[in-house]
Amino acid sequence: MIGKDFIRVLYIDLTNKKADIQERKDLYKYLGGAGVAAKLLEENMKKGVDPLHESQPIIISIGPLSTIFPVVTKAVATFISPHTGEYGESHAGGRLAMAIRNAGYDAIVITGKAQKPTYLVITDKNIEFKDARAMWGLDIEETGRVIREREPGPGKRSIIRIGKAGENLVTYSCVNVDTYRHFGRLGIGAVFGSKNLKAMMIMGEEDLPIANLKEYFKTYQEIYKKVTQTDAMAKYHELGTPMNIKVLNSISSLPTKNLLQSTFEHADDISGETFAEKNLVRKVSCVGCPIGCIHIGQFRREFDKGYEYESISVSYDHELIYALGSLLGIKTTDEVLQIIEEVELAGLDAITTGVVLAWATEALKKGLISREDTLADLEFGNTMEYVKAIDNIAERVNEFYYTIGKGLKEAVKKYGGEEFALLYGGNEMAGYHTGYAFALGQTVGARHSHLDNAGYSYDQSAKELKDDEIINYVINEEKERAVLTSLCICLFARKVYDRPTILKALNAVGINWTDDDLTRLANDVFFTKLKIKKELGYSLENYKFPKRIFETPTMWGKMDEERLNRLLKMYIERVEKEYEDWSRGK
Amino acid sequence: MPKVLRADNMNKCLGCFTCMLTCAAVNHNNHNLAKSSIKVKTRGGLQSKFAATICVACKEPACAEACPTNALVKRPGGGVKLIEEKCIACEKCVAACIVGSIHMDYDRKIPIVCKHCGACVRMCPHNCLSMEEVSE
Repeated sequence: MIGKDFIRVLYIDLTNKKADIQERKDLYKYLGGAGVAAKLLEENMKKGVDPLHESQPIIISIGPLSTIFPVVTKAVATFISPHTGEYGESHAGGRLAMAIRNAGYDAIVITGKAQKPTYLVITDKNIEFKDARAMWGLDIEETGRVIREREPGPGKRSIIRIGKAGENLVTYSCVNVDTYRHFGRLGIGAVFGSKNLKAMMIMGEEDLPIANLKEYFKTYQEIYKKVTQTDAMAKYHELGTPMNIKVLNSISSLPTKNLLQSTFEHADDISGETFAEKNLVRKVSCVGCPIGCIHIGQFRREFDKGYEYESISVSYDHELIYALGSLLGIKTTDEVLQIIEEVELAGLDAITTGVVLAWATEALKKGLISREDTLADLEFGNTMEYVKAIDNIAERVNEFYYTIGKGLKEAVKKYGGEEFALLYGGNEMAGYHTGYAFALGQTVGARHSHLDNAGYSYDQSAKELKDDEIINYVINEEKERAVLTSLCICLFARKVYDRPTILKALNAVGINWTDDDLTRLANDVFFTKLKIKKELGYSLENYKFPKRIFETPTMWGKMDEERLNRLLKMYIERVEKEYEDWSRGK
Repeated sequence: MPKVLRADNMNKCLGCFTCMLTCAAVNHNNHNLAKSSIKVKTRGGLQSKFAATICVACKEPACAEACPTNALVKRPGGGVKLIEEKCIACEKCVAACIVGSIHMDYDRKIPIVCKHCGACVRMCPHNCLSMEEVSE
């Protein structure tokens, strides 16, 4: 809590409709976010029990600087991933962090299973378990609207919810946060669904007095200036992340048509520039961020003859344009937006959905699966067929869709085609075919996200790829990011929040940490996650990379399988040794 | 010349709420933006435009007229000034303000009233807000 030396945890038991609040001094040294959420997961998870069993927890945590400093906007969720069976962590912006802060909590732990579909209302004054039976089956947009109309507090609340994919336990269903943001990856939507938890609304007017206004506001303004008046973050506002499409395409790193290609002949037609010129209608921020990186694109769709149009607005980013655009061979911005809309309404993770469909397209062509399985003519570039397929995934309409609803790891067990299944560490590939550091980074990252350690960034900035340097970078960057994510600082602001700035902000709100404390935190969080993974049976021994990634050139040419395997071995040896030292020091 | 707050460019708003965080901090020493005098919200869901509820600086302030203890006095240029010691937290000003700009701070038992100090304007990153010079 601001100005206090404890983490205020709200425990919610859905089975018994009871809540409990604990002020945890012992968690204070993990600050918040990923650190606190990982510790709370370690405490509350059930080893050897299905990730979707009602006893498994959902944890959401914010940090001591959340909302009250610029671009400290994220909430971090942890859970056991039904997608990978191991550590699940996902981050979301929007208004959630502000709402949790204003309700007076630092972390929320949800366990149990509601008897009937339920939505939770959490405020500083009450916790209510409300009937959501009539909402079951509604899409993301309608669910949001119903709660907005039923509950008070416009502008000050956060509404998070699942769609049909989450209800039907698709292992890559997401939780939508305030319409435009998501707990996207690793299937937290299914964990909500398994608990009969359709949605949560959070808000509050908790009194949060400022201990030292002068010091706080001085520091706030300094950071605000750095954010708004330097070029540290300008690109996120202008074209936003979609600027990557052109850049990656020009260096043979844009995964295209299930990575049969790393350049796309229509890249210019779906580039950030084209989106900005043709479709961009506004930009939106998460609360507390003056940047406004959320790009909203609009397109009109003819629903009947006689000039009958509807207009659709959805948010777009690089990862979506990659997974639901280039990877599926989609040639226009309007069509990409159309596919994004379908994914949004169903409540699916965009990256995994795109990668699964790209695999299915190739598997259908190769005859591993048939048209009777897919119920759609999946073919690169065929937008309307993909739209149909997305709905089929969410509805799990037949055995094929039921199987691919568990992701490619399960799909290849049944149908084969693992050589072109774009998986890294059990999770579907992100949009950067840049080289070894990316490939290694997503594989070994705690949550198998490209953002764990940003290997793609190393690939793109290195003058020469050296094995030792790659290993060092991937480990050090992931540890450094553990500090940022424990503070819930948006990773887009990583250049603004260097260590001296982080310490200044912490000191301004009375947390007198030193650089050594941050190093200690980085290691603790990094290895706590590894400990959790080990307890859940995770191992990279005998790990096999998919053949496809070696067949298609990266910006560094074709990758050599032996070298990547060697890098993986080097990584494992080094981290295992560090892990032993860390465990001994505990 | 006195100045008053205007919110004439809300179509540009990003919804970052920096204005509210600033007002709550600077004027009410609080991290909770529920204490802010300026209130940004959507017109209905995030897919709609943003709107700001602000004190429109009435020359004949209904809130002051409704106040039974003279705790609200006219300020030059429009709007009111709150004299905290005189306030009895009757909430009559809240009901009298038809644009909904006044709400209660139940922790301190006073209404939150805009001072037209301009702090929110200075911290708006997208030029949605401005201070306008007006006659007395």
